[in-house]
Amino acid sequence: MATSPDAEASLASVGPARPAGGGSAGSAQVVRTGRGARFLIYCALAIFCGYYLLPLYVMAVNSLKPLSEIQAGGMMALPAAWTLDPWRAAWSTAQIGVQATGLRPYFLNSILMVVPAVALSTILGALNGYVLTKWRFRGDVWVFGLMLFGCFIPFQMVLIPMARILGMAGLAGTVPGLVFVHLVYGIGFSTLYFRNYYAQFPTELVRAAMIDGAGFFTIFRRIMLPSSGPIAVVCVIWQFTNIWNDFLFGASFSDFDSQPMTVALNNLVQSSTGVKEYNVHFAGAIMAALPTLLVYVVAGRYFVRGLMAGSVKG
Amino acid sequence: MGFLDIRRATKAYGNVKVLHETDISIEEGEFLVLVGPSGCGKSTLLNMIAGLEDITSGDIAIKGRSMNGVRPAERNIAMVFQSYALYPNMNVAQNMAFGLEMHGVPKPERERAVAQVAELLQITHLLGRKPGQLSGGQRQRVAMGRALVRQPDVFLFDEPLSNLDAKLRVDMRTEIKKLHQKLGTTIVYVTHDQIEALTLSTRIAVMYGGYVQQLGTPKQIYDDPANIFVAGFMGSPSMNLFPATVASADGAPVAEVRLGDGASARLPFAPGKAAGLEGRDIVLGIRPEAITDRDSADRNSGAIHVIEAMVEVTEPAGSDTYVVSHMGGKDVTGRFRADVPVRAGERCAFAINMEKAVAFDPETEKRVA
Repeated sequence: MATSPDAEASLASVGPARPAGGGSAGSAQVVRTGRGARFLIYCALAIFCGYYLLPLYVMAVNSLKPLSEIQAGGMMALPAAWTLDPWRAAWSTAQIGVQATGLRPYFLNSILMVVPAVALSTILGALNGYVLTKWRFRGDVWVFGLMLFGCFIPFQMVLIPMARILGMAGLAGTVPGLVFVHLVYGIGFSTLYFRNYYAQFPTELVRAAMIDGAGFFTIFRRIMLPSSGPIAVVCVIWQFTNIWNDFLFGASFSDFDSQPMTVALNNLVQSSTGVKEYNVHFAGAIMAALPTLLVYVVAGRYFVRGLMAGSVKG
Repeated sequence: MGFLDIRRATKAYGNVKVLHETDISIEEGEFLVLVGPSGCGKSTLLNMIAGLEDITSGDIAIKGRSMNGVRPAERNIAMVFQSYALYPNMNVAQNMAFGLEMHGVPKPERERAVAQVAELLQITHLLGRKPGQLSGGQRQRVAMGRALVRQPDVFLFDEPLSNLDAKLRVDMRTEIKKLHQKLGTTIVYVTHDQIEALTLSTRIAVMYGGYVQQLGTPKQIYDDPANIFVAGFMGSPSMNLFPATVASADGAPVAEVRLGDGASARLPFAPGKAAGLEGRDIVLGIRPEAITDRDSADRNSGAIHVIEAMVEVTEPAGSDTYVVSHMGGKDVTGRFRADVPVRAGERCAFAINMEKAVAFDPETEKRVA
């Protein structure tokens, strides 16, 4: 799977950051440390922080240099002559595959793939969770079990059957085809999230709404969804990161005109037309990582809150 | 035919029968309380009336219309839940109007109805708040308001007071009773609290083990319990139940009771009671307030009988003192006046009002006198 290391890194940095920032609530459990110990702890944290941020620094710095500076050595040095040309090149003129279109069309492909896939898998997951907890039926435990099982099927295993199905449906090599693949894979996770969240949701509310005259979808839309904010954020972040960063499905099921960003980035880096333009490659790599980063920054603080929701009675 | 008719209704989950054949019929404006310990089937019966649970067999009809297969929304009922079940994302006014909105009532009419009910319940100042910003008592009021605004045929209450603290519970109890008297609505109310049952109801169905043990007015249930379960469940402190033997003295039946110190006492039944039971073992049931000190005994009763017995424990409870003695091998509690000079380990006089005594068959547990 192509979950890039930066996703892991962001998780690691978002996770511990929250309790430290909002630690006043749990002040009773704060362990008092001496000055010396605290100094050592901060030093260690600073070193780790620098270690994690170093790749980003190298990418950012080198994407703003002319190629000649990189070839002269000194990856760590700040640019002598600052330039945005590598970014412009990566975005609109770089050679990708056979055409010199830059990453722009592929970025658009990724957006067209990730937005519907995330939206649909989140909504369907919410609907599944709602049915599995509030409209239980015979065998619902089995249905849920199978969906969970679906979460853990390795991607490689389904490549060939999926290719057959996409071919038969006439979706092979299209963006909707990729949306379909990610939707199928995403539903397992989103169902898991929402089912566990809704299991804590008081069933009496659903019954009250039934007596008030609300139907299946009205209850879902007016009662369940408005209370689903935290878990929806978790679900969206999770799906967005996974689908945006996916490489395997993108490489397997897309044509030249439907390739997502990750595949195009690979092609950009692999294309060998003379010199390796490292500065353009770095700029392209940052572009590919920016949307996930943005999602974390905007919604990150809800992430931990959503993950904790339901785990503690409160 | 009544306003709400439950005819031979049963409920089973697979092979487990949780509600055996039940017949209850109430008139318009009645306040029926279903009372019993947890697992007795009272909530199941309420949910069957609401349509939240299917009926396995039998029939439930409201205003003569059979409700089998009718969706909860179309039964013209409203329900107040134990947890209040207020929609957390809507404010009080939206909560109250939601049912009307779902039934297609136009907005101006909804607003008028909500304002009217809010005034009745004195929650007008809360209309803009979310449920999370309300106290327990306020939520309770809003939940009732949400039910009232619909003007349903039948109100269903599912243990609505059990989440409130003791003082508030008593206040809300009075309020519900006032509301019922004012509006004359038909109410079915589930509780496990027998005090609530006695104070609120016009009729009580005491349930246990999936059966209605007795259906009657509070007075009937309290004074004439049909069996040992009803006798022991209703009333606080609960009725004293202890074994006795019926003997004959001067041609009239008396109950022979063994006392704590090995002596035995003879308690003559009130005239006309226990005739023909001579020689049989019975379980004698006497409520604590019918066992008291000589001065507090009911002057209107024609069957006060005084015996001497050993006092085991005294429990001063402020307004009364409960005096515990030993009769028929069981602890027997009497309700004495507060400042009665009785101490544990001493003998004292117990005035027993035999007019209020009841007798049960020890085998069938059914009432025999």
